Amino acid sequence: MAKKPAKKKAELKTNKDELLGFYRDMLLIRRFEEKAGQLYGMGQIAGFCHLYIGQEAVVTGCRAAMIDGDQMITGYRDHGHMLACGMESRGVMAELTGREGGYSRGKGGSMHMFSTDKKFYGGHGIVGAQVPIGAGLGFANKYLDNGFVSLAFFGDGASNQGQVYETFNMAKLWDLPVVFVIENNQYAMGTSVERSSAETELYKRGSSFEIEGIQVDGMNVLEVRDAAAKAIKHARDGKGPMILEMKTYRYRGHSMSDPAKYRSRDEVTKTRSERDPIDWARARLMEKKWADEAELKAIDKEIKEIVKDAADFSLESPEPHPDELWTDVLLPVEA
Amino acid sequence: MAIDIKMPALSPTMEEGTLSKWLVKEGDEVSSGDILAEIETDKATMEVESIDEGTVGKIVVAAGTDNVKVGAVILQLLEEGDSADDLSSAPVGGDMKVEDDKGDDKPGTSGAVHPENTSANRDSSGGMPKTKVANDPDIPTNIKLVETTVRDALRDAMAEEMRRDETVFVMGEEVAEYQGAYKVTRELLQEFGSRRVVDTPITEYGFAGIGVGAAMGGLKPIVEFMTFNFAMQAIDHIINSAAKTLYMSGGQMRCPIVFRGPNGAASRVGAQHSHDYSSWYANVPGLKVVAPYDAADAKGLLKAAIRDPNPIVFLEHELMYGESFDVPDMDDFIIPIGKAKVRREGTDVTLVSHSRMVGRCLEAADILAEQGISAEVIDLRTIRPLDTDTVIESVKKTNRIVCAEEGWGQSGIGAEIAAVVVKEAFDYLDAPPERVFQADVPLPYAANLEALSLPGTEDVVEAAKRACYVG
Repeated sequence: MAKKPAKKKAELKTNKDELLGFYRDMLLIRRFEEKAGQLYGMGQIAGFCHLYIGQEAVVTGCRAAMIDGDQMITGYRDHGHMLACGMESRGVMAELTGREGGYSRGKGGSMHMFSTDKKFYGGHGIVGAQVPIGAGLGFANKYLDNGFVSLAFFGDGASNQGQVYETFNMAKLWDLPVVFVIENNQYAMGTSVERSSAETELYKRGSSFEIEGIQVDGMNVLEVRDAAAKAIKHARDGKGPMILEMKTYRYRGHSMSDPAKYRSRDEVTKTRSERDPIDWARARLMEKKWADEAELKAIDKEIKEIVKDAADFSLESPEPHPDELWTDVLLPVEA
Repeated sequence: MAIDIKMPALSPTMEEGTLSKWLVKEGDEVSSGDILAEIETDKATMEVESIDEGTVGKIVVAAGTDNVKVGAVILQLLEEGDSADDLSSAPVGGDMKVEDDKGDDKPGTSGAVHPENTSANRDSSGGMPKTKVANDPDIPTNIKLVETTVRDALRDAMAEEMRRDETVFVMGEEVAEYQGAYKVTRELLQEFGSRRVVDTPITEYGFAGIGVGAAMGGLKPIVEFMTFNFAMQAIDHIINSAAKTLYMSGGQMRCPIVFRGPNGAASRVGAQHSHDYSSWYANVPGLKVVAPYDAADAKGLLKAAIRDPNPIVFLEHELMYGESFDVPDMDDFIIPIGKAKVRREGTDVTLVSHSRMVGRCLEAADILAEQGISAEVIDLRTIRPLDTDTVIESVKKTNRIVCAEEGWGQSGIGAEIAAVVVKEAFDYLDAPPERVFQADVPLPYAANLEALSLPGTEDVVEAAKRACYVG
């Protein structure tokens, strides 16, 4: 049922355009998050702000395996998912600064952004709550027979929530078109998987529900892409859910005020230098001679400009009008 | 002596049932464990087993008899050594009368009234007070009225909306094959099939979340909780996921969902199954909270709830399911959410309540009338948004108010209404607002203590008299 990947990996297929695209998408997330961290330090972003730095390959690879119309939902570490879904960096950053130009017009914040247009369903602040909601999106897909698949992302911390298992049970019982993506970045806030989980191999967590699980190198965008493609096909074919355990790592703290006492600086540095998903893609592009230093620099520059533009917009955009306080509580009832 | 086998109470709230079928005939030998008969209650069809051995002497109640009271002798069993002569002392002829032992206000409970039960007279033996639909602004004139139970009214509302809108479906524990734990979803599976009538495992948190996701994904789920006590496991999705998302998304997300089921105290089921959550949900912006009294409102408001684009908490009352009221026979009978209803006009004191407590207030108004006090009875029907205009208007006329609810007092619906009235109609008040509510303890099991805990008609009468400075 649940299986680890074969030790010796065959070289995974890609091409110049695809890998350049992945590089660009991952870099956008990283630079965006770095800027968000900077704006937080300047007092322009407040409250909680959970950065996705280090985990970029997970959402980028998964999105590549999705088709338009497939839905994505995640928890509170959600900025990367929004960018991967094609949401505008301006609107995301302006939501972080609590401005009118934000996706939720400043009323949601870092953890609560949505785009029905881009099929991104949040942005949920209660750990694990996105898992049944994501399965519910799958329920709707099946009910409407629209052929779409929902991807529910959650962390190693959420994987210990009871509602996740209630959802596993029903998702398999009804063979809902949903893929469960566990982003195992190894720490739930400051608690490591080893200190919180009796079974640390999270891809096995569906065994009792007859849900197949795969462990994936979540720092390798091509491995992520292939695993996601397999799981999405499985779900789309009416065979029900699969679990993908993405072994990944976050470089930054849980949120912005993280004491960083629960892991060593060496561990972070080592992961960063040996497993970084963006460095890997960059090295591969160079090695295949799909891009030279100058071309990559041009991409870097382009991304920097996008992020700078988003930051400028997020600071120029006005605070929401005071009348916004009272809007969007209830929808009017149509006569 | 022959053994009298009596109509059993097959659920905590059962008062009577239909003896649908005998599986034995006179002269049959039966032993312990043999099935004697099938009995249909308002909730289910169940088999009655013998716990004695003997020969069937006399079938007292014929198969097919409706409304057989709990406790009525249905069969007499002759033990070894008995003869047919032993039957003569037994009641004959299908006498279904049993002693009226409902003095403790709990249908289906037995036992004499406890002397400390000051609220003993709060139940009328003829069921809950009927509501009048004549001259009702909600209902056009010349419409045929059909006597319908609250249970069937709710069922009809769901069935009609499911026929009208393919995206409406119902999910919950035992809603399909079992036909509903309280039979509210009876026969929906047969009409709509398992795609749209979905039995869930016992996982409230999980299926409430799946319901919310399905609503966000374009469907209109009706999520049934077997009781709202179990919805406490799911309250995170009701509040955090359903109620807040429209606002948090700046108006982008939709979550048209109805969470429904029985709320509050039923009968003798103890503290964990008897919680009234009215004020919990009424506290949350982003929700609408509905709590109807009669069958017409149950139907009209549930239909409105299913069509509403917002998340709705629809609080029913188990003890009202079997009560019958007139329901207009209309194709599309909708009652708008958010409007209270004056159930009885009066001039001396305003009685405000919702759900089953409305019946208590109507009874209290009758008693008060005999004592020369004219009470106006307002049925809130919706407790969020709260129709305070109707309440204020009434208080301006009567100058006195009693807020009655089955739940606890602290931070209750009555506390809210009293605060609004004091703020908005202070100069009109001739007495402090009075409140009637459940004793501030977890609901006890013992019949006498339970009766002491729950507010009744007499409590409303006393509060009204205090407000009127009478006696």
